[in-house]
Order: sequence, then structure tokens, then C-alpha cells
Amino acid sequence: MTTTENRPAEGETVVRERRALRLSWVDGFLWAIRIGAIIIIAVGLIGSISKFAAGEGLTAEGWRDLIVSSLAQGAMYGLLALGYSMVYGVLGFINFAHGEVFMSGTMVGFIAANWLFENGVWDANPFLSMVLVLIVAMVTSTLVAVLIERIAYKPLRGAPRLIPLITSIGMSFFMQYTFAGLFGVNFNTYPPPPDVIAGSVNILGLEVRTTQLTVIIIAILSMIGLWYFVTKTKTGRAMRAVAEDKEIAGLMGINVDRTIVTVFAVGGAMAGVAALMWSLLFRSVNYFSGFIPGVKAFTAAVLGGIGNIGGAMGGGILLGLFEGVGPILILGGLGVPGVTQLKDAVAFVALVLVLVFRPSGLFGERLGSEDRV
Amino acid sequence: MTATIAPASISGQGAGGGVQGRRVVKVGALTGAAMMFVAAIGMLATFNDRLIIYPILSLGYLVLFGIPFVGGTSFTKREVLEGVEVAPPSAADALNAALSGALGGLILGLFAAFVNAVPGIRSTFPNMSPEMVDVITLGLGVGPALVILPLVSAATGALAGGLSLLSDTTNKALRAGAVTVVVFALFQAVVDDFFDFLPAVPDFLYTRTALTILAAIILFALGAAGSIYLPGRRPSVGDRPGSSDSDVRRRSLWMAAIIAAAIIILPQFLGGIINELLVNVGFFALMALGLNVVVGYAGLLDLGYVAFFAVGAYTTGVLTSPISPTINPMLTWWQAFPIVLVLAALAGLLVGTPVLRMRGDYLAIVTLGFGEIVRILLLSDWLAPYFGGAQGVRNIPGIPVLGTEVNVTTPHLMIYAVVFFVALAAFISWRLEHSRIGRSWAAMREDEDVAEAVGVDTVKAKLTAFITGAVIASFAGALFAAKVGSVFTNSFSILVSLVILVIVIVGGMGNIVGVLVGALVLIGVLGGPNQPGLLQEFGQYKLLIYGALLVYMMLQRPEGLVPSKRRQQELHQEEFLQDAWLDKHGRFVEDHDHTPQRPGPSAAEPGRGQEL
Repeated sequence: MTTTENRPAEGETVVRERRALRLSWVDGFLWAIRIGAIIIIAVGLIGSISKFAAGEGLTAEGWRDLIVSSLAQGAMYGLLALGYSMVYGVLGFINFAHGEVFMSGTMVGFIAANWLFENGVWDANPFLSMVLVLIVAMVTSTLVAVLIERIAYKPLRGAPRLIPLITSIGMSFFMQYTFAGLFGVNFNTYPPPPDVIAGSVNILGLEVRTTQLTVIIIAILSMIGLWYFVTKTKTGRAMRAVAEDKEIAGLMGINVDRTIVTVFAVGGAMAGVAALMWSLLFRSVNYFSGFIPGVKAFTAAVLGGIGNIGGAMGGGILLGLFEGVGPILILGGLGVPGVTQLKDAVAFVALVLVLVFRPSGLFGERLGSEDRV
Repeated sequence: MTATIAPASISGQGAGGGVQGRRVVKVGALTGAAMMFVAAIGMLATFNDRLIIYPILSLGYLVLFGIPFVGGTSFTKREVLEGVEVAPPSAADALNAALSGALGGLILGLFAAFVNAVPGIRSTFPNMSPEMVDVITLGLGVGPALVILPLVSAATGALAGGLSLLSDTTNKALRAGAVTVVVFALFQAVVDDFFDFLPAVPDFLYTRTALTILAAIILFALGAAGSIYLPGRRPSVGDRPGSSDSDVRRRSLWMAAIIAAAIIILPQFLGGIINELLVNVGFFALMALGLNVVVGYAGLLDLGYVAFFAVGAYTTGVLTSPISPTINPMLTWWQAFPIVLVLAALAGLLVGTPVLRMRGDYLAIVTLGFGEIVRILLLSDWLAPYFGGAQGVRNIPGIPVLGTEVNVTTPHLMIYAVVFFVALAAFISWRLEHSRIGRSWAAMREDEDVAEAVGVDTVKAKLTAFITGAVIASFAGALFAAKVGSVFTNSFSILVSLVILVIVIVGGMGNIVGVLVGALVLIGVLGGPNQPGLLQEFGQYKLLIYGALLVYMMLQRPEGLVPSKRRQQELHQEEFLQDAWLDKHGRFVEDHDHTPQRPGPSAAEPGRGQEL
């Protein structure tokens, strides 16, 4: 009797010791990464500041332009991140094809913009043209998002988490090459922005390019609209209920399937708005232009806390700043050549660091009852 | 929930009688949309250049009119439900199929008319050209096509519907004949190559790149006769009652011996193109085997797997190339190889450690990020002094073997090296799968918390999986560097990772044979992201097809073409548990509310499912 009683106790201590040892090894490695990252950032910052003080590198105006353009880009990531965040919050998987939803908006929006330009409406009536392009992009993205949900995700409700993820990767591929087939693989370039928003304006003594300002204003307006929709309307309340717990929401009389479609539609509409922003900021689009922004927007969603709508926007802006300013500020300070080539790498490093060290995001994640771990 | 859906779907199927208006319109609209899609993305016009039967049938039309055929087949499918009698096939199926085909054809005709009427559309949609209209309308002009297209589509639809009226044997024979014709037409290059010693055979079969009509008829007859007179596939030894383990082993040894003999002899007879193709298949098979360890065995979805391939290739390049920029030890391939393996293992450890505690889907994105970081760094000016940046590393020597050098000029020797490493990788993964660590992987894949609770060292298991995967990928990388002689970053794009994932999933996650079959079929026929396959016409559409395949497999057959038994059980756990439950209770329960088939996320979770 005594031996049988003793054995498990001995085993337990061995396991505990071993586990303590093991954890310390992995934790040590993770701490080394943390400390290394902090040292690199600190050295880079010091390097950049000393450079700036010595009058090398970017001027004050240069930094200001960089920050404003990063903010605009970040706002775009934020709107795109909403789609990832809401879908993850409700269904618990990464909708990899969301980047392609966005891309479809930019591509079809291009047709509208081009048509308006050729018919002279673009310059004659810029406001109307912008609204029309926005509507076309939003409608396209919404339709594509809903269609993808219907074809690929609806049959997979309740499947293990990785299955819809892999499906969405396939869908993303499929959409990319569908658009490559339809539009060709070359870049399509939007017509130059109308004169009204081509220049720059002076806000509180800061010279800001109007397109970037427009983008930031559109982002703020869409966020207000979305906030109103999610918190004040019945459908929005249904969405939150479904995100909280699908089963109980269903018992309360909410049509879960329809609400999920609404989530995809709203995410798609926001991707359509982001598509208009892309057209203002970068102008040229092709079938692949949704992929990298998509991955970055997912990073933004995680950074802000997945499932958290305000967090997605915050994460987007932070990521935009990090990616726009980071390479020059930190890597430039370290004396790395060709820093702009490393812009995407910096965003991906941010992604890795965020997911490794702060997977619940900066502003806290909001997941459904099934997905909380 | 099930109780309300089932009767509705039976009445929706209409039990086989009469014209089902709504369903015809739905299938017809989908058919039309699919036909339009194939035309609008330019697939039709591209495939039209490849003829199947010399003057009469091209691959383009085969694909185009295959769509109403598939649509028509949907009318002959009966939903099999327990306790409900299945309606017999009837002429109404053919009628329904014909009507929906006609609708599809009409939609396609209208689309052609629309494109014809708006010529400016071409500036945005380059494939909606007059050429496309010409191909769609069969060269007859838009007016007649509006009549002919619905007729042809209706005929193919009706054919699909009508086939089910025939007896099973006839049906099978006809299908076998058709498949034989298409296979021989598409794989002309292989047949040509194979009958190198007897050129009369390909000369008789083919004219230009297509079968002659006579050859097509003969092949059709042969295929049909073959399906009737040759014995069908017997159940394999393992499935037969009374077979023991030693039977299975003896049989698999025989199979292995035959395959090995074929592999040793065949390359000498095959031409350069086929050998080159097989070498590419080998690279992807190697990587797929490696990814299979990570995804299939350990259940860790790695989307940046190509990074390890890149590590292998670049390390080999830098260590062996005489013109490598900074680090230039000029080792031979064999001297470099152990270093490559060690570095790859380190890379695996480096990627594996930070992601140890990560949720499965976050792990996928992080690995994707790692893959891109590696590619961007290798391409950057920053590391160009070491890795050549956009110039890559060139002049990499081949593998010195017995006084000769195996490199790009000797594909018939390269294939042996590739086959050797594929066999090695297959052996390693087979041994690992059935070892203690393999069982830890299986446990961890099922449920990490439970595995940890019963004493599986998940940290060790995960890291071993990453390291094994990385080392196998570095085999491929080292061989690739020696074969191509130069490495550039565009061979290591994210697309490669995703294509490898498609191979593993289509072939069958967790099954070595499945993965090899997947690589052979997909890379051999369609080709890799930068490598042409046997069907070069598919070139620009292969990635589209990969995407569609991935979605289709996930929706219809997540266990893959050659499923691993254990994986299959996991993926169909719901049904499996249901069967077990029914067996236990020994009765069929009519009351749907009490069956464990509860749709919703919770039912699929193994932990909760087992409570039932």
C-alpha cells in the first residue's frame, strides 16, 4: 500500500521539476527575444536622433509627411482589419480571403473611376465621382464577401478551426487568379485625383496633403457609422449577441445564419471603403494588391485585440505608424542600407512579435464563448 | 433542426417525376454562370488551342460543355436517407438536365452577344475579346449561336441525365472509354516519350498534338472494353477478412520492390522533358513529405514552410559556389550537406520556439510572416553582401558522384539523387509516425491539453516536428541548388508554401503515399508555381485550379485522395461517434432531437463529442 501511495507522489515531483526546467528554457528564449528587440529599438532610436541632431537623414518636414502618410495608411489598415476582427470574433477563424474582398473593391472601383474619367465627370464633379466610386467599391466588396461566405464557409460551420482557415486560403488563391484572368495581370492605374484634392491644405500650421486628409476623414466617418450600426441598431445588437454566444443567441430568437451574413457584409463594406482609400493613396491596383495589405490588416486586428472593433482601428493606425516610420527611424538609425525594401519585413516582424508576446492585443480581445481559451 | 430540413429537401428533389421548374432554373443559372466564367477569364480561348481529337474537339470545348454535363449529373443524384425510398432514375432527369443545359447555353450566348455589342469592354477585361466571342459562338456568329449553344448544352445535359438510365455496366464502360480518350490526348508527351522505340504507335495515334478520329474511336472502344472485361479493383489485402499483418507486409514489400525496379530502370528510357518533370515532382514531393510531418502528423499549420527550403538552397549555394560574395569556403556538395542540415535544424528550432504556446491559427499566420521575412531579407540590399540580393547566388556546382557531376545537364542522373532523398524522407517520416514521438504528435494533434495532461511532452513534440520538417525541406533545398545551379528569391515565394500545402491536403494529410500521389498528380500534371507541368496550357490557370481544389477538398473530402485512417476518423468524428453511439444502443432512433448529430460548433469538438 505504501509503495503505491508513494509512487505517484514521486512521479509528480519529477514532472513538476521537469516542467519548471522546461518552462524556464523556453521563457529564457522568449525573454532574450524581448530584450533583443528592445535593445535594437533603443539603439536605432538613439542612432536616428543623433543623425537628426547632426542634420542628416530626414528633415522635420520629411518626418511630418512620413507620419501623416503612415496615419492615412494605418487608417486604411484599420478599416480592413475590422473585417478580420469581426469574422474572427463571431466564427473564430481567420478569413484569409478578406484581402481579396478588398482587392475586388479596388478593381471594380477602377472600372467606375475610369468610366467617370473618360466621360469627364471625374474632374467636373469630383465629389459625386468619389461617392460613386465608393458605392461601386462597397457594393462589390460586400457582394464578394457574402458570396464567399455562402460558397465556402457556410457548409463548414462547426468544423475544426483549421478547416475554414485552409478553405479561406484556397478561396483567396481562387479570387486572385479569377481577377488575374478577368482583368489581366498588369497594373490598372486610377485616374489622377481631381484638382480639389490634389494639393495640400494647412491645418493648425501643418501642411497636409489633401488626399491623405480625405482618407483620414473617411476613416473617421466610417468608424462613426459602424459604431452607430453596431451599438444602436437591432441588427448590430444581434451581431454582438451572436459574437458572444451563438447557441444562446439562437435560443433568444436571433437568426444566427443571417447575422453571420450581415457580419461578412459589414466587413465587406468596410473593405470597400478601404478600397477607395487605396485608390486615393496608391492609385495602381492589380490582382495581387489585396494579399499583403490583407496580412497586415490581420496583424492590425490582432494588435488591437481581435473581435474588438475600436481596437481594430487603433491597431491599424499603430501598425501603419510602425511600418511607415519604423524602418527609417529604427533600421535607418542602425545604419541598415535600403530600409524601404524592408518595410514589409518590419510589418511582419511586428506581426510575429505581437502574436508571440501579446496575442490578446493591446486593447483586449473579445471572443465568443466557444473560442475563449 | 435536421428533422425540419430533411422532409423539405426530399420534396425539393421531387422524387424524380416531372419538370422541377425552380431547380432547373437554379442549376441552369449556375451552369450559365460557370460557362461565362470559364470564357471571361480566358480559359476557354487558351484551352481551345489544345485539341483533343484532331479537327472536332478541343480542350476548351471539352471544359466548356463539361459544365452542363456536370450540372445535368446533379439531377440524377438522389439523396439517400435512411427509411426513405430512393426514386429510380427516370427520363424526367434527362429532361430536367436538358432544360437546365439549354438555359445555361442561352446565358452564355447572351453573354457573347453582349461582349460583341460592347467592343470597348476589352480595354478593361482583356480576355473579353472578339476572339473569345468567336470561340463561344463556334465561329458561326452571334445570331445562330443563340440557337445552337442552348441546343448543344441541352444535348450534353441530357446526355448526363440519360446516362443514369442505362445499366451500371454500360454507364461505367462509356465513362471509362471517354476517360481513356481524354487521358491519351492530354498525355501525348508521355506516350510519345514512352514509345520512343516504336514511333509508329504515336504516329498512328496523333496528328499534330491531338488524337486522330480513328485513334479516338479505337481508344474509346479499348477503354470501354477494358472496364467490362478486366477485373475490377479487388479489395486490398488489408481490407480482406482473414489477412494478417505479415500478409500486408509481404505485399507491401513486393510493391516496394516493383516500384524500386521501375524507378531504377525507367529514367534511362525517358526523355529529358519527362525526367526534368519528375525531378520537379521530386522536389515538391520532398517538401510535401516534410510539411506532412508538421501539418499531417503534428497538426501545426505552417504557411511559411518554403523558408526552410530557402535556408537549404541558400546555405548550399553560399558554401559551394566559387563566386559567392563574402562567405566563400568553396566546399563540395557533400561537405556542405551536413552543415546545411544543421543550419536547417537550427532554423526549425528558431521558428518553432517562439510559437510553442500559440493558438493553431495564429501559428499559421506567424509562420507565414517568418516565410516572408526570410524572403525579403534574402532579397534586400542589406544582406546582399552575403546572399547576393536580387542577383542571387550563381555558379553552384553539382553533386559529385563517382567521378561525374550530377547537375542541370544530367536530368537522368539527377532523378536518382532526388528519388534517393524522397525515399529517405519517406522512410524517416514512416519510422517517426510509428514511433513514440509519432504517437505524441497524434495525441497532441487531437487535443493538446489532454495530451499534456497524460504526460506528452508537447514542447519536445512540437520542436521535433518543426526540426524534422525543416531538415527534410533542406534536403530539397540542397538538391535544388545543385540542380538549378543558381538560387534566386523568386523560387521561394509564399506561393510555393501554399502549393505544398495543397499537395499535402489533396493527397491526404498524414499519409505518405497520399502525399507522394498528390505531388505526382498536381506537380506532374499542372506544375509548380514556376515549373511547367505536363499540361502547359494550364500555365496561367494552375494557381486558380489549386485554389479551387483546396476549397473543394476542404468542403467535400478533407481527408484527401488517399486518406490516412486515423485522420479520416478525426475529420469525420461526428459521424464516427454517431455510429459508435448507435452501435452501443443497438437501435436507430427516429427522434432527431436525441441523436448526437447536433449541428453547431460544440458537436465537432472532440472533447465534448465524447460525452455523448
